[in-house]
Amino acid sequence: MLAHLPILQVILPLMAAPSCLLIRKSTLVWLFTLAVSFAALVVSVLLLQQVYAVGPIRYQLGGWDAPWGIEYRIDLLNAWVLFIVTALSTVVLTTAHTSIQRELEANRQTVFYTLYLLCFAGLLGIVATGDAFNVFVFLEISSLSTYALIALGKDRRALWAAYQYLIMGTIGATFILIGIGFLYMMTGTLNMADLAGRIPSLSESTTVLAAFAFIFVGICLKLALFPLHLWLPNAYSCAPSIVTAFLAATATKVALYLLLRFTFTVFGVDFSLSHLPLDILLISLGLVGVFAASTVAIYQTNIKRMFAFSSVAQVGYMVVGIGIGTVTALQATLLHLFNHALMKGGLFLALAGLVYQLGGCRIEHFRGLGRSMPWTMAAIVVGGLSLIGMPLTVGFVSKWYLISAAIEQQFWGVAVLVLLGSLLAVAYIWKLVEAAYFQAPADDTRAEAPLGILLPAWLLIAANIYFGIDTRLPVEVTAAASQFLLGDAAQ
Amino acid sequence: MLLTSHYNYWVVIALMMIGLYMVIAQGNLVKKIIGLNIFQTSVFIFYISVGKVDGGHAPILTEGESLYSNPLPHVLILTAIVVGIATTALALALTIRIKRAYGSIEERDIQAAEELQERASSQMYARTPARKEQ
Repeated sequence: MLAHLPILQVILPLMAAPSCLLIRKSTLVWLFTLAVSFAALVVSVLLLQQVYAVGPIRYQLGGWDAPWGIEYRIDLLNAWVLFIVTALSTVVLTTAHTSIQRELEANRQTVFYTLYLLCFAGLLGIVATGDAFNVFVFLEISSLSTYALIALGKDRRALWAAYQYLIMGTIGATFILIGIGFLYMMTGTLNMADLAGRIPSLSESTTVLAAFAFIFVGICLKLALFPLHLWLPNAYSCAPSIVTAFLAATATKVALYLLLRFTFTVFGVDFSLSHLPLDILLISLGLVGVFAASTVAIYQTNIKRMFAFSSVAQVGYMVVGIGIGTVTALQATLLHLFNHALMKGGLFLALAGLVYQLGGCRIEHFRGLGRSMPWTMAAIVVGGLSLIGMPLTVGFVSKWYLISAAIEQQFWGVAVLVLLGSLLAVAYIWKLVEAAYFQAPADDTRAEAPLGILLPAWLLIAANIYFGIDTRLPVEVTAAASQFLLGDAAQ
Repeated sequence: MLLTSHYNYWVVIALMMIGLYMVIAQGNLVKKIIGLNIFQTSVFIFYISVGKVDGGHAPILTEGESLYSNPLPHVLILTAIVVGIATTALALALTIRIKRAYGSIEERDIQAAEELQERASSQMYARTPARKEQ
């Protein structure tokens, strides 16, 4: 049983997804989905423990040896990302039943859980697999279900957002497919570890360069790195609240994992960061993304959309870490991956509570909310502080690592710009605080969000504070993971 | 020489550019989907071309043959074709629902409707508190 953990991680939700259609009752499906997600969480914790204790796990699908068969290879990096995805998914799912009751028609509720599990399985598959083509297949499984999940939104704009995302996402995935084709052409293998061994001798080849360019652009589209982020704000703001929370906490993280996996493991640090001027490209795109997206966020009146733009900005910080490319910087990226999942998960769940009570989350809905929904509003404020990077929250930890990495490398400008970027976050969080605490409520009939949403939201917000004070677990794992990533490349 | 011996790759490039251009330039949602399909098809042809080995036979074990074309890219692309069909089906389904919701499948009309809706909702919210204060 323990030997099969890597495949169980993926196959469990994949098999559970169609089973959902057999269970008709909405509550039962919810409990079933929650159980599956929790089982996946247990598997990922076991994997993480095992990898931390003994090192990378290799699993051959169907007993076919790599590089002929498909290999699942779990090292610290993907074990960490698997843990983040499953943990966040489980917390988000606990609220699903309450939130979905309000936001979806009864006949669509069971379908929702099927799509959710498919998307979940796809994301886990991308992270677990060690085969480049397998990545594409799982990417499409998760993307197709994401398009459908977004289209479930109540407003007709959700359809248009889903369509736009479908076009952009398909172009991105096809780019990745082209890149993998080029790699196969040059190396004759699809196994990532095998590719990593063969690419260094081919690093002068223009075909390998083209492969890298296609894969890089494709992943950046999925990652919503500025300026390829245009699909994200619409998709996040129109999707049902639960979907937004799930996607914000997991989907971009998985895309970032792919970027790390391809730049560091498959192509290698020497190729990506030294041979190509990718470091400058990533740092500048990341910083421009931080400023552009944060500035746009300030002017948004739809708060879901505002936080969506803020997500684009946060992706910018993570990418800056990859661009700097030292152990500390990578650690900052991996920490922010976890921390951002906690922040955005908590914030979007709090917004889900808001939508549940008020039917929307425009800035006008926030008037006087400090009095009528104190707990929800407090969650949003604490989450916002974490987003800004206040000490004692997780946001501070990752920004601290990022800035010290920049200073270590004497990139003073980068350090200053990261700090200034955080100030922009103050501006848009303040907008909410002002509306909620300094303006009179439009009516007094509002009540607090239901506990089914409020408790999970607070669980994530509390995690923001807990891991901001007791940083041992994330710091230890990410330090080992980033050393592993860079050490892997040095061999 | 390069032009004639590798003509299939030129076809791939041509189709890819045509497809991508259609996706970007066309305002009609169905035409965008057609463009996306052409774009994906070019990648299919690319993969199939990659599998060809000069002088190689069809990859079926036969007496007296030692050189075979590589069947793996063909198998891979079968998967990608299935994915492509699923994408097209989903895109068309979305288009039908967009047509029902907006009454049009022209990008321009949909964007105009969006802006109108956005302006209407922000005006509605702008008026509500004013009434309260009176």
